[in-house]
Amino acid sequence: MWSYALHRTAAAAATLAAASVIIFFFIHFIPGDPLYVLLGDSATPDQVDALRSKFGLDQPIVVQYLRWLANVARGDFGTSIFFQVPVLRVIRDGAETSILLASITMIWITLIGVPIGVIAAMRHGSWLDQGLSGVAMLLASVPTFWVGLYLILVFAAWLGWLPSSGYPSIFEQGGLANLRYLLLPSLTLAAPNAALILRLTRASMLDVAREDYVRTARAKGIRPARVVFRHILRNALLAVVSAFGFTFAALISEAVVTETVFALPGIGQLVVQSILRRDYPVIQGIILVTVVLYLSVNLLVDLSYRFLDPRVELR
Amino acid sequence: MSGALRSFLAPFLGRPIAFLGLIVLVGLATAAIFAPMLAPYDPSRLEPVARLIPPSAAHWFGTDQFGRDTFSRVIYGSRLALLIGVGVVSFALVTGVPAGVLSALFPRFGRVVMRMIDVLMSFPALLLALGLIVIIGQGVTNAILAIGVVYLTTTSRITYGLTLRLRTETYVEAANSMGAGAVWTIRKHILPNLISPLLVQASFVFAFAQLSAASLDFLGLGAPPEIPSWGNMLAESRIFITRAPWLLFFPGLSIAITAFSLNLVGDVLRDRLDPRFREMLNGNRR
Amino acid sequence: MLHVSDLSVAIGTRSDFTDIVSSVSFEIGRGEILGLVGESGCGKSMTSLALMGLMAEGGPWIRSGRVVLDGFNVIDMPPYRRVESGHGGIAMIFQEPMSSLNPVLKIGEQIEEALAVHEGLAGAGRTRKARELLEMVRIPDAALQLGAYPHQLSGGMRQRVMIAIALACRPKVLIADEPTTALDVTVQAQILSLLRELCDTLGLSILFITHDLGVVAQLVDRVAVMYAGRIVETAPVLQLFEHRGHPYTEALLSCLPDPARPLRRLTTIAGQAARPGAILRGCAFAPRCPKIAEICTIEAVPYAQLSSDHHALCRFPLARPPS
Repeated sequence: MWSYALHRTAAAAATLAAASVIIFFFIHFIPGDPLYVLLGDSATPDQVDALRSKFGLDQPIVVQYLRWLANVARGDFGTSIFFQVPVLRVIRDGAETSILLASITMIWITLIGVPIGVIAAMRHGSWLDQGLSGVAMLLASVPTFWVGLYLILVFAAWLGWLPSSGYPSIFEQGGLANLRYLLLPSLTLAAPNAALILRLTRASMLDVAREDYVRTARAKGIRPARVVFRHILRNALLAVVSAFGFTFAALISEAVVTETVFALPGIGQLVVQSILRRDYPVIQGIILVTVVLYLSVNLLVDLSYRFLDPRVELR
Repeated sequence: MSGALRSFLAPFLGRPIAFLGLIVLVGLATAAIFAPMLAPYDPSRLEPVARLIPPSAAHWFGTDQFGRDTFSRVIYGSRLALLIGVGVVSFALVTGVPAGVLSALFPRFGRVVMRMIDVLMSFPALLLALGLIVIIGQGVTNAILAIGVVYLTTTSRITYGLTLRLRTETYVEAANSMGAGAVWTIRKHILPNLISPLLVQASFVFAFAQLSAASLDFLGLGAPPEIPSWGNMLAESRIFITRAPWLLFFPGLSIAITAFSLNLVGDVLRDRLDPRFREMLNGNRR
Repeated sequence: MLHVSDLSVAIGTRSDFTDIVSSVSFEIGRGEILGLVGESGCGKSMTSLALMGLMAEGGPWIRSGRVVLDGFNVIDMPPYRRVESGHGGIAMIFQEPMSSLNPVLKIGEQIEEALAVHEGLAGAGRTRKARELLEMVRIPDAALQLGAYPHQLSGGMRQRVMIAIALACRPKVLIADEPTTALDVTVQAQILSLLRELCDTLGLSILFITHDLGVVAQLVDRVAVMYAGRIVETAPVLQLFEHRGHPYTEALLSCLPDPARPLRRLTTIAGQAARPGAILRGCAFAPRCPKIAEICTIEAVPYAQLSSDHHALCRFPLARPPS
């Protein structure tokens, strides 16, 4: 079991290393002198010199990469051109919003997608099933920001029940009640992904229900409800769990747009603004952080598989 | 030719909704091609007197803050939608398919290439596209390239998996034992069997390309504002959301219907596939 | 013990249907093994599913008949309903032990699940009983194997586990649907002897479904031969082999190669097996029957009673009843 974990972790680390090389070269691919890319056009000669020696830009490229890597390991991602503070701090400021948003969204996705998928599968072929599947496909096709804008229109502008933008921290005045600022954004973000999980759960349940061991379970005289949960769902969830990895990636991508729609001070909005402001160090830092996060989540999903499915062994 | 057409249409005949989807797509293509004839007004024509008019007889979809006719802009927007879709799908297929096929047929080369694809796939889709746009700049062509790179990863992976499966088919082994070379094997055995699954893949990529491009436009990082695109229209309508909700409705609906129809068509085509291939086509990303 | 009368399974709608199992009747006494023999597609598996009450929604449905277990008709009741009404006495083992066990649950858990339904033991008592069942089916290291997963066992072991699970259901009748077809010949012999032993010690009645006449000869007490959804002959096993009544039985038996008389080509039965429901009038076997007469294709076929416990569905049976 542990050799499996080690093997998988090593693979993830290797991918991360390769990705880090690409991220390192990101700055060099941008048109212009890398020094001015990092410092902005209004850099003083002193700053330029300081940076040059820090990154060893007169050294071979491999050394530069290693230096950059060493800096990153120490938490030094460079300095934001716009804010003139360390990049990591800028990212950290936006992290609370994005992490909360992502967590709440994942909860919606699981609570809505899985149970409804189970229901649709159990009522396979009925109007309910066809209706739910159709709605699911619809939601998966709709642009998230459109849904978001409409939610703002209905719930914020017309009904006035919920705020339409911004997010004061829950650590400040208002406390947990401030979470209501994340309600509309999280629902917006959850909708298409919940739809996908719904369809996946349904398909997986239908596949498993056809298996021989389900017939054996019925032959034993087990009640239908128990057959559904202990035998069908338990096996169907394996496919769903493996989808959580790239659901997470989809979340990251769509959070960028959703945070922009709802003006949330998170990392997604930060990325867009940094692109518009040409704040390259921040862009680079965010990409690095998200890649690390995404690979970690994938690794966790991979390892959890070993617990869920006893057939999984290191090949 | 009509035989191929008929076999293509066959699975749609029993499912009215899917058939509707097909019709919508044909309508989309028609609107795109014949836009100048179908649009009642010039999409860029400013009419300050007729600003922010709700849908009416003269302006079916209403007008925007500059007095431009929304209906005409939606029609012209279909041109960009079609362009993006075709562009991204072409790019993904032209780069992804050879990469996948060759990787499966030549294992040592394949291992390296697939590792590189893995690395690319460790970047969430939109971020990868954004990163590329930062480097190569904004614009329609660049958007196509950036989104294309994202979907070449999934396409090459899928093609790789499919080719591996096909390679172990007995008839390929038989051909090899008779001395068939790699090129022959590819032409005669691999490629024809890839057509159906790749058609499914193309439908889904076309759909995702619409959503990705719309997102880019909405963020202001895609097509320039002069070009009428559905994403741009949504971005511009944001501030008028309460005063003129119709500006929000029609472009968004167009994106949704297009993507929905494409997903529907893709689903139907996928159901017709050999079950072994069906599973492989689930790994797409947004 | 088990009386099946006039069981018919159909496909299609209530108004427009085709029988795939037609008017099947047989009996199994206490401690008796009845073999149900026939080619693939003759309807024997469908019969067994109908007996168990495992007909799935949307597929073939039971059109008529009675399945009387110990005096109670359990037709068309799914197993859990039968247990609820106190008549869950039929258990079943299937052909593919590989896929018939839940891959993510331990063997012990799967046996205990059946025990929980049928015996109401709890905790340690249940685990102990599960271990006893494994020992009864001759699985070595029973205590250890309780914690094993299905993929860790061989095919023969898995089939024994299936039998243990079936036994946990305290059956009076065990339906074995081609349990040895997917196994090696040596393992097959072990399973067969196990089944015989269980039958003797527990007084278990067994309905053994197979297409392999060799197995029939080894194991069963009586035989029912099935063709195109109908039972065409029923007899005690020795009588069937020596005084076969139905032309189809004759054809089947003559296909078995006799080691004493080497042949250059194996004997086959001419024609193709009729799909159930394909022949609407007269005898289903008529197109392939060497003794065919015109009347066989027109009128329904009567049962010929060849002896007290031997009858055949044929107008011109081969073995004349002793007059």
